[in-house]
Amino acid sequence: MSNTRDKAGFANSRISRRTAIKGLGAVAALGTAPGYVRYAGAQTSEPIRIGFQAHKTGIGAAYGRWYEKTTMAAVKLINDAGGINGRPVEIITEDDGTDPARGAEVVAKLATQHKCDLVYGTLFSHVVTGSAPVAGELKVPYFVVSEGYHVASGKLNRWCLQPGITDVRSQVTSVAPWMAGNLGKKVTMIFPDYAFGYDHRDYLPPALKAQGAEVLAQIAIPPTETSFTKYLPQIPSDTEVLYHVMVGPAVLTFVKELGEFYGSSGPQLFGFIDSLEAVDINSPGLEFLDGSHFWEGSPRYAQENDSDAQKAYRAAVGIDDNGASLQDPKDISTAAHMFGCWETLYVIKQAMEACDYKSTDDRAKLVEATEAMTEMKEGPEHPQGDKIFNGKIHQAFGHQNISKLEGGKLKVVHRTSIEDGQYEPQADYTTTPL
Amino acid sequence: MSFGPHLLLACLEGLVTAAVLSLTALGLSLVFGVMRIVNVAHGEFFMLGAVLAWWAASLAGGDPVIGFLLALVISPLIVGAIALLSERLVLRRLHYNPEATIVATIGLLYILQQAALSLYGPEARPVPAPFNVRIVLPWFGYSGYKLFVIAASASLLVATWLVLTRTRIGLVMRATQYDRETAQAFGIPVDRVYGGVFALGAMLAAVAAVLIVPIQQAHYLMGRDPLLLSFIVVIIGGLGSLRGTLIAALLIGLSDGVISMFFSPTLAKMIATLAVALVLVFRPQGLFGTAQR
Repeated sequence: MSNTRDKAGFANSRISRRTAIKGLGAVAALGTAPGYVRYAGAQTSEPIRIGFQAHKTGIGAAYGRWYEKTTMAAVKLINDAGGINGRPVEIITEDDGTDPARGAEVVAKLATQHKCDLVYGTLFSHVVTGSAPVAGELKVPYFVVSEGYHVASGKLNRWCLQPGITDVRSQVTSVAPWMAGNLGKKVTMIFPDYAFGYDHRDYLPPALKAQGAEVLAQIAIPPTETSFTKYLPQIPSDTEVLYHVMVGPAVLTFVKELGEFYGSSGPQLFGFIDSLEAVDINSPGLEFLDGSHFWEGSPRYAQENDSDAQKAYRAAVGIDDNGASLQDPKDISTAAHMFGCWETLYVIKQAMEACDYKSTDDRAKLVEATEAMTEMKEGPEHPQGDKIFNGKIHQAFGHQNISKLEGGKLKVVHRTSIEDGQYEPQADYTTTPL
Repeated sequence: MSFGPHLLLACLEGLVTAAVLSLTALGLSLVFGVMRIVNVAHGEFFMLGAVLAWWAASLAGGDPVIGFLLALVISPLIVGAIALLSERLVLRRLHYNPEATIVATIGLLYILQQAALSLYGPEARPVPAPFNVRIVLPWFGYSGYKLFVIAASASLLVATWLVLTRTRIGLVMRATQYDRETAQAFGIPVDRVYGGVFALGAMLAAVAAVLIVPIQQAHYLMGRDPLLLSFIVVIIGGLGSLRGTLIAALLIGLSDGVISMFFSPTLAKMIATLAVALVLVFRPQGLFGTAQR
């Protein structure tokens, strides 16, 4: 008997969420149904609907969860402060399974079925690349928080923007001088064998060359790989710096096997924290990383010189000094990236206010208003630091952090300037019509 | 690194793959051989084994040895129970119809996967190895635990073989595999044998996962690769053939290690898939399988 009740309870909780989404869809459909008359004035108090393309399942699920937490924290603050243009903000979340094909469907669903004003929040580069054409086709603004170079490269379309996080090309360009100056001049790169990894593959070598350093070998690893020892003999023995950037669940294995392979006599390590986002840096097997350096977008661990804005941001999102959830110290955040959600939402707010955004008819105005932005000041809306936005390539430029792993914590040892990460823009989206 | 040590490393890596693969594939092969069911959810039993190993290890607190031993006992038992339950609730009610069970096990795959996502979460979580010995060779270091995995799998395989060939339970299983109806006529409780075999198959996958989880991590999507590789092994070795499964696992594991080290991992996968195609064309019953009766 109790068993049946349990089952019913389980089913109910599942259904209620579904029903909620269906309900939203039904409401949206009702609004467009012929004969349905909206009463005048309702438009002003109607919420602004931001469609959140979330990696709730699939390989990006850990990122997706924290992107959602950050998003909800920022939206709560925005709403508490009166919303955007006097209207509350509503987030409509759809899971894309971290899958490009489904991602495209999700963008279409959010734009047409849910009647969202814009779509936002995508991280994984292959999902962004797969979804962008749909955003362009449906003419819906698509604000990604992806850090891939695909937006700035000009390969997407005018409806895709990345105002809240820097891109990989800028990141590698700005950390290369520090690497060459402090760690060594002979570098071997290990990176995932798809778009995100290729940004590293293509833009680190020229940046290192400019500093008199060189890349000895480039080892591409399929993103689904689970064992890495077989790749390690490909690392040339005169390597001084091993540059590693990995994504996916296998990174712990990678580090562990690296440690077993080299013992205490390996090269210097420089990694992108992407490898270890949502992973406890003190997990068994990661001892080998002690003393190595990482790129971090925003530092995971609270730093001594944190600004008040940074402290307020961390408290609002609900992470402690170790970058873990306040509720569960074992639940590690994706701190190096998720600040981008926060900042992107405030950029959207600023742009909507600038163009006096009223309805989905103003979508083009929203893109133009975002393009018109230039400087973003460090503060509660931009807790990671100030940024410069290039409206032509739809990309923000900002500071990068290089942290050293010591005593089980990441301590920022160098912060790059915005200029370090600048490069010659190779595209201009503003020339294509909206 | 010169050729000799390079080859040694390739073979060691290949052996680890082969060891774990043979256990997993054996489970799949057993289920197919006896029950004539293609169990698409087999990889998820592997995943469950790993996730439960993480749970057992965290239950045991700090000591990795106790955690590992606990996992080695608890994890296969729970996975076996889940398998038995799904066999009773789903497969039996479909009367083991081959097409229907494929669809049903696909459903089971998603249920188990999403249950793991809901209850365990999307993170990859590590399980500490019971011991951390780094074997120092003149050319490179190697994990002592990986060597233990090879040895442990080998002994588990021998144990399974002994059970199948030397015990009454094994005899009953083989009789059911050989001819279900005759077995039933001789008073063998075929129905219970089916339940037991399905559970045993899942338990073998779970044990393999417990062994591998200190090397990899427990992650809710980790079941796909073992499933694909198990299918490759089972098709090449011959469905239902114990000897064929072992030899095919060794073949695939070693060639994967060597080819992916000297050429590329993608090439290794391509060759394995090509081998499957060739076997299916020229010897559909598999290298060691007997033609369908």
